[in-house]
Amino acid sequence: MLGQVFNLSLLQNTIRTATPLILAGLGGLLTMHAGMLNIGMEGMILLGAFFGVVGSYFFASSFMGVVLAVVVGIIIGVIYGFFVIELKSDEFIIGIAINIFAGGLTIFLLRSIFGVKGAFSSPGIVSLPRISIPLLDQIPVLNTIFNNHSVFVYISWVLVVLTYIFLYKTPYGMWIRAAGEYPEALETVGVRAKRMKYISSIACGVFCGFAGAHLSLGYLTLFTENMSANRGFIALAAIIFGASNPIKTFAAALLFGFFDALGIRLQVVGIPSQFTQMIPYLMTVVILFIVAKKHMMQKKKVQKEEGAIQ
Amino acid sequence: MGQDMIELKGVTKQFPGVLANDAIDLSIEEGEIHAIVGENGAGKSTLMKILYGLQQPDKGEIFFRGKAVKISNPSVAINMGIGMVHQHFMLLPSFTVAENIVLGIEPRKRSIFMDYKKAVEITQDLVRTYGLKVEPQLKVRDVSVGIQQRIEILKALHKGADILILDEPTAVLTPQETEELFVVIRKLVKELNKTVIIITHKLQEVMALSHRVSVMRQGKLIGTLETKDASEQIIAEMMVGREVLLEPLEKTTVEGKTILEVNHLKSRDNRGLLALRGVNLHVKEGEILGIAGVEGNGQSELVEALTGLREIESGEVMVFSKNLAGKSPREIRESGIAHVPEDRLITGLSKDATITENMMMGLHDQEPYAKKGIHTNKQTIRQRVETLIKKFDVRTPSQDVLVENLSGGNMQKIVIAREFAFDTPILIISQPTRGVDIGAIEFIHQQIVEKRNEGCAILLISAELDELFRLSDRIITVYEGELTGTFNNGEISKKEIGLYMTGKRKLSKEGGA
Ligand SMILES: Nc1ncnc2c1ncn2[C@@H]1O[C@H](COP(=O)(O)OP(=O)(O)O)[C@@H](O)[C@H]1O
Ligand SMILES: [Mg+2]
Repeated sequence: MLGQVFNLSLLQNTIRTATPLILAGLGGLLTMHAGMLNIGMEGMILLGAFFGVVGSYFFASSFMGVVLAVVVGIIIGVIYGFFVIELKSDEFIIGIAINIFAGGLTIFLLRSIFGVKGAFSSPGIVSLPRISIPLLDQIPVLNTIFNNHSVFVYISWVLVVLTYIFLYKTPYGMWIRAAGEYPEALETVGVRAKRMKYISSIACGVFCGFAGAHLSLGYLTLFTENMSANRGFIALAAIIFGASNPIKTFAAALLFGFFDALGIRLQVVGIPSQFTQMIPYLMTVVILFIVAKKHMMQKKKVQKEEGAIQ
Repeated sequence: MGQDMIELKGVTKQFPGVLANDAIDLSIEEGEIHAIVGENGAGKSTLMKILYGLQQPDKGEIFFRGKAVKISNPSVAINMGIGMVHQHFMLLPSFTVAENIVLGIEPRKRSIFMDYKKAVEITQDLVRTYGLKVEPQLKVRDVSVGIQQRIEILKALHKGADILILDEPTAVLTPQETEELFVVIRKLVKELNKTVIIITHKLQEVMALSHRVSVMRQGKLIGTLETKDASEQIIAEMMVGREVLLEPLEKTTVEGKTILEVNHLKSRDNRGLLALRGVNLHVKEGEILGIAGVEGNGQSELVEALTGLREIESGEVMVFSKNLAGKSPREIRESGIAHVPEDRLITGLSKDATITENMMMGLHDQEPYAKKGIHTNKQTIRQRVETLIKKFDVRTPSQDVLVENLSGGNMQKIVIAREFAFDTPILIISQPTRGVDIGAIEFIHQQIVEKRNEGCAILLISAELDELFRLSDRIITVYEGELTGTFNNGEISKKEIGLYMTGKRKLSKEGGA
């Protein structure tokens, strides 16, 4: 039975399920660096998933699906930015509002556009292309795990690197971080902190749009109500676990993706889905607990060492 | 000194309830050191922010080298060659020194990448040119306040500043650092042709450094003088609009029995190191006991231990023969100790709350202001606050103003008003006039002495020796958590007491502080 759970397809699934977490995580860490804790990612992903299906279905093109998901992501990013940056509203409340709005709107539009309840799937939805890497199919194990994934899997990896370079190797990334740490300091050297915050908020919308499109057009081609299934929040946990660093957040997203995949595998061997579905969420809580504990231990240790010097 | 570089005409700025700048005319000449002085809240920072494009004037004109200009944001000011070192530093603590210096005009590689190596080189070049030593690679959070100020100055110079505005640069510096800063300022002006505008409270500094001095009061520019024609007395009078300054305070002797006694008090600092190593002291009715010491020698920990904010490791705090060691802040207050904390913004006040809310803290759930600890009685509260605002001369348009919008002096008066009005037999007062202007200092000093004359036992901690000598009946010195001496005021000179404060000399007649 263990062999049925811990096999290559567990790792293959990990890569698949981690992708929306990676994408949303990158978006969320950008707003985090700019000083905004965005909990609206959940709703942003959901809207991306829905409009991805809409675009793909009506234009018969997965590319147009992504375009529509991104456009909606930009709009929500601007709205989020407008409330949080311009009107200085509470970022939690705006985040929650986006989540509720996204949940309601997608259910409503599902009925009014497609005339269905609960889920919409159709052969008319074009899925995103899968990429097969030329030489990789010669190598047995790696091929199974890494090859023939949906396109956003590979895009997300590239984005991890690009986000890292952007944040730490370019002046613009420095400005984003400065806008989060001490906006007045940035203003006084002649850079508009607000603009930096908007950029991060819009980028978050775009990345969540990608995450949503990957969910609804990547492996399955369908939209179901609440199909984001709290991935926005797990992405947030990955950001916290990864200390807002793109590389570490990527690693954390893979870890959470692994537990997600593990849940799916366990279901295959007949463990009731009520339990298996708990796994990713339970592990999120456990890991965040460990992070907090470690922080406390480190603090104590520093205190002790300094005490010893005396 | 050359011709006018900057000229302000009729510059006016209205904030809700305050006319911060009222038709200001001011000219800055090329190559001068121009001091701007004025009480807290006089409008100095606002005027400088207008010059730097951080605030827009409601009325008035600004001329730069004879041409009318509109400084709509800091970039415009930077391009004109104006640099500003703000009262609260504008540095990013988690960034390196070099990154902070080049922020906004970063050197680049292939036009989009940050060139860190170049940033470090730029910083080293600046250090060589201006003789201000900084370590380019350190994080700003790891360097001292004095160094942070150097970084700010270098940052402004790197942006091509010909005119450097320094907003209260010496408020955070030690006397040595201040002297170093002045050397740098003189060099900038003499050798490098810069123009400097410096805001300060300290009149000795004006006399020592500036060519001309402009005095502001309540939003108005009272006048500009050649420093060589001015005296501290004249400037001080212009600042507060009446004759002032250090008339002796009238002390009526009421010394009575000891009511606060501290025995063998030990306590640790935040890092777990022993900060108080067995402190003994006592304060009598109608006595001000001053504690002199270089900051960081246990004064803060002593105050926190006495007020219940810090754990006591061992020892006693006897008030009316009752031991308060280990009691909660609330119990300690109820036993008769009120406390003016050293940092009004962190422990003294809630910035985001109104004057009323701040004044009522600690009484908010007591009769007659609240019935059964829940329902508040607005009427009696407003009356009390109104009386306190008047009595303590808090300058504010209304009692519903958020404290963060007040000047430092007025904030401090609120803390003092609240604590003094508890009418406790014991007062612990820490840094009562830090960052407060002369007028308010005088007022606060009078209030403290009045309390003493009423028979209150006062423990006074201050980094200003002048203040301690002016107010205290007795002074004790602390060094590394231990008492090094105890003197009746008048027994010792300021110079001599420095030896005790730095541990170079110790009085070993222990037990009787
Ligand atoms: N952003 C602001 N909003 C409202 N009031 C302000 C603001 N900035 C300053 N003030 C008020 O304007 C007056 C002048 O303040 P400021 O220029 O900081 O004085 P100074 O630097 O001379 O101490 C004060 O009464 C202050 O409370
Ligand atoms: Mg000021």
